[in-house]
Amino acid sequence: MEEILVEEWKGFKGDDWKEEIDVSSFIDKNYTEYTGDDTFLVGPTAKTNAVWKRCEELLDQEMKNGGCLDVETNILSGITAYAPGYIDKDNEVIVGLQTDAPLKRIVNMYGGTKIALKALESHGYSLNPEILKSFTTYRKTHNDGVFDAYTPSIRRARSNGLLTGLPDGYGRGRIIGDYRRIALYGVDRLIEVKKKDLTGEYINEQFIEENIRLREEINEQIRALEAIKEMALSYGYDISKPAKNAREAIQWAYFGYLAGAKENNGAATSMGRDASFFDVYIERDLKNGEITENEAQEMIDQFVIKLRLIRHLRTPDYDELFAGDPTWVTESIAGMINESRSLVTKSSFRFLHTLINLKPSAEPNLTVLWAKGLPENFKKFCAKISILTDSIQYEGDDTMRPLYGHDYTIACCVSSMKEGKQMQFFGARCNLAKSLLYAINGGIDELSQKLVITGFDKIEDEILDYDKVRKAYSEMLKKIAKIYVDANNIIHFMHDKYAYEASQMALHDTNVERLMAFGVAGFSSAVDSLSAIKYAKVKPIRNENGVAVEFEVEGEFPKYGNDDNRVDEIAVELVKEFYEELASHSLYRNAKATLSLLTITSNVMYGQKTGSTPDGRKAGEAFAPGANPMHGRDSSGALASLNSVAKIPFENCCQDGVSNTFSIVPTALGNNEEEQVNNLVNIIDGYFAQGAQHLNVNVFNRELLIDAMNNPGKYPTLTIRVSGYAVNFNKLDRAHQEEVIARTFHEKR
Amino acid sequence: MLGKVTDIETMGLVDGPGMRLVIFLAGCKLRCLYCHNPETWDENGHKKLMSSEDILSLYKKYQNYYGETGGVTFSGGEPLIQRDFLIETIKLLKQNNIHVAIDTAGVAEGYEEILDLVDLVILDIKATSPDDYKFITGMEMNKFNEFLKLVQSKNKKLWLRQVIVPGINDKKEQVLKLKEFANQIKNVERIELLPYHTLGVSKYKDLGIEYRLPDVLDMDKEKCKELEKILKKA
Repeated sequence: MEEILVEEWKGFKGDDWKEEIDVSSFIDKNYTEYTGDDTFLVGPTAKTNAVWKRCEELLDQEMKNGGCLDVETNILSGITAYAPGYIDKDNEVIVGLQTDAPLKRIVNMYGGTKIALKALESHGYSLNPEILKSFTTYRKTHNDGVFDAYTPSIRRARSNGLLTGLPDGYGRGRIIGDYRRIALYGVDRLIEVKKKDLTGEYINEQFIEENIRLREEINEQIRALEAIKEMALSYGYDISKPAKNAREAIQWAYFGYLAGAKENNGAATSMGRDASFFDVYIERDLKNGEITENEAQEMIDQFVIKLRLIRHLRTPDYDELFAGDPTWVTESIAGMINESRSLVTKSSFRFLHTLINLKPSAEPNLTVLWAKGLPENFKKFCAKISILTDSIQYEGDDTMRPLYGHDYTIACCVSSMKEGKQMQFFGARCNLAKSLLYAINGGIDELSQKLVITGFDKIEDEILDYDKVRKAYSEMLKKIAKIYVDANNIIHFMHDKYAYEASQMALHDTNVERLMAFGVAGFSSAVDSLSAIKYAKVKPIRNENGVAVEFEVEGEFPKYGNDDNRVDEIAVELVKEFYEELASHSLYRNAKATLSLLTITSNVMYGQKTGSTPDGRKAGEAFAPGANPMHGRDSSGALASLNSVAKIPFENCCQDGVSNTFSIVPTALGNNEEEQVNNLVNIIDGYFAQGAQHLNVNVFNRELLIDAMNNPGKYPTLTIRVSGYAVNFNKLDRAHQEEVIARTFHEKR
Repeated sequence: MLGKVTDIETMGLVDGPGMRLVIFLAGCKLRCLYCHNPETWDENGHKKLMSSEDILSLYKKYQNYYGETGGVTFSGGEPLIQRDFLIETIKLLKQNNIHVAIDTAGVAEGYEEILDLVDLVILDIKATSPDDYKFITGMEMNKFNEFLKLVQSKNKKLWLRQVIVPGINDKKEQVLKLKEFANQIKNVERIELLPYHTLGVSKYKDLGIEYRLPDVLDMDKEKCKELEKILKKA
């Protein structure tokens, strides 16, 4: 075979990745595993300090300005729409901003005008009327399309909070382009491949809708790739060719990500799995004496600064739901290549070290893919950084790798997908606790008193009978699953049609695999409610319409979170059943159904919108986050709680993620730093050894949090982990803060 | 045979090496002023009965977490009081290669076989003089002295502990005396000072027992650390 000679690839091993687009194979053949400790790490450079200092000033101004510094209201979102922007040009090693100034937000109208206008108004901005006119007079939006197709039952489920967070008015997000491809191959090569895909046999054979659409999309992708080149050129970089050194590799990949962030406003637009890819370039530069460790860390620090500044225009409702205006720029780190060799490199350390160099931060959402076989030194370093900053989330690589191979990445908090080969249709959440109340109340909403799901009788027994309730619940879930699927099919059809993410999809294989990610909220309340009905006596208190609005519970019942199979089996059965219902329907573009137990911080809001439940939870009280047991109900210790959650099946069921938040005070973790680190490593190892998927680790004490709630100014960087996401504690509203404090603390006896 | 258990901690991170299953056994003859587990005084005040097999299977349930460094710690109460149960259970655990520690004040009878079986003794040094010992525990010091002698003769690994209570034993001179006392003891792997806390006070109310240190505040954690530094300085 003829050798492919590309100057930029000098010194890189392997041939297959040269012939086909295959970043994973490139990494496998060229990365250098690092099993040493953290002593090689260095602090921030003067340049980084200068840039970050300016950012801190701007972030402070942003907070004082009500959470939004500025919005570009005269330009419509687009890859090449904005002039180049800088923070501190002379000191920036990695460049590129969403608009022409830091923290200035884009306006995207393709998803829908309503939410965009509401967000603008809430921050005191008005859109250039010419832009608005384009969308009210000439062009339809995703939101318009969705509401043309929505059925009355979807509208009812939506407005009563049964289905919440449907991405029908703004970008769907959770799509991760393989931004590394730009660095490794250069944009021209990627365009060439896309052009070749257009000549493929299948899509030229039959001009049915599927192929016509694909042809149109490939051309949109090609135009987006051209636009990325043009945007990069405006910053003075020609990215048509591969990156020739580490700084270019990071810069090229970042331009790819940035294009998506200039074009779309989807939630949870994550970055991917870059550390060990970048490390190949960094190692080559270090070996050639072109850079020092200081410069290597500087590149990573400055790249991370850029990710910390990503913003989107959100409404006050959104901020309330997700506690602040998070972007979930998730960066996946480490994991294994096979049973015995890890993907840990020095750059895995460098990424986590940004939490020290730049102080803790919720963004980017640093996610360690944890495996039993990770080098001990790396495990200890992670635990140390967790204890110091609370800003890392962990996901079970040994659980995911068998299903995705070793080049998958995480979108949002827990959604795994093969990088560049799979994409996700994000599908919001269904409130399972409310669904149970509907089963009891004949489809009538316990708060609005409106009939939401038709065709059901109320259960009128004085004491609820488990078999009867469970049967009605199954029928209810079946009907709700259908409505939920219908809504998602409509949303994603219209999203592809009116707000297609061309730049992100250009960095996927043309024949991409699609996942449709459903979700549930109120999980543990639903489970404990079923357990109460089964093992204790539950007497509904009904209002004048015969709708159960309160429940009297007599006797004891096992509660989820105590490693008690009597109730944990109810939990497992429930998710399996709901998943099977969802998966039994045809999904848009032959997507594969997945399900998540993830609420981020929206458990507080969903709880507010749900009446009293048979488990003893009162109307309006917060749900537990994600797959967590309800706080105060785990009487058997932290490990029992972890074990209960670890029973939730991942493969072919909750394959979009099982989110678990674990909080512990440092003194409970061990008597000195070394023990705290070792014990935390054991906890994480033990949890994932049981096939678990996700763990947020909060190491803090109750007093500190109460003080932070009362004196927010004292803790500007206090970061906590809430169900798959790190948030700045000060950005939480009081209800969220109290909920976090009330949640299980495992204190020393 | 069944053990009388007052409580279980599946994630014990501060009572012995690594992460451990901690079993709190009922019964104690001492009546320490600051005791935070008064529910364990009465040998029949247990919450549940457990067999040796129950404890082994509970350990196995969480074995993934305990890993190679963890094990089981028997605390209490005074675990040595349930001698026969303890012997049977430790034997079973040792057959399964599980590291076993006892968290004890050394006040019991006929515990020699237990000492032969365990890997680590976490010994609570209530006080270093007979007067102080009696003041804190309400008992004479001779049982403690006998225990210390036997445990030393068996060359068992020791962790020494003392609870530091404001106004009672938190003076520098007192800690220096403790240091002197501890220096005479061999096989000490670790010595730690535990700051007095008031988390146990509500238990007294529930049990209808008068709390004898109503006005004493929590020991300052930082000050306790400072004292520990003095203790550890060579």
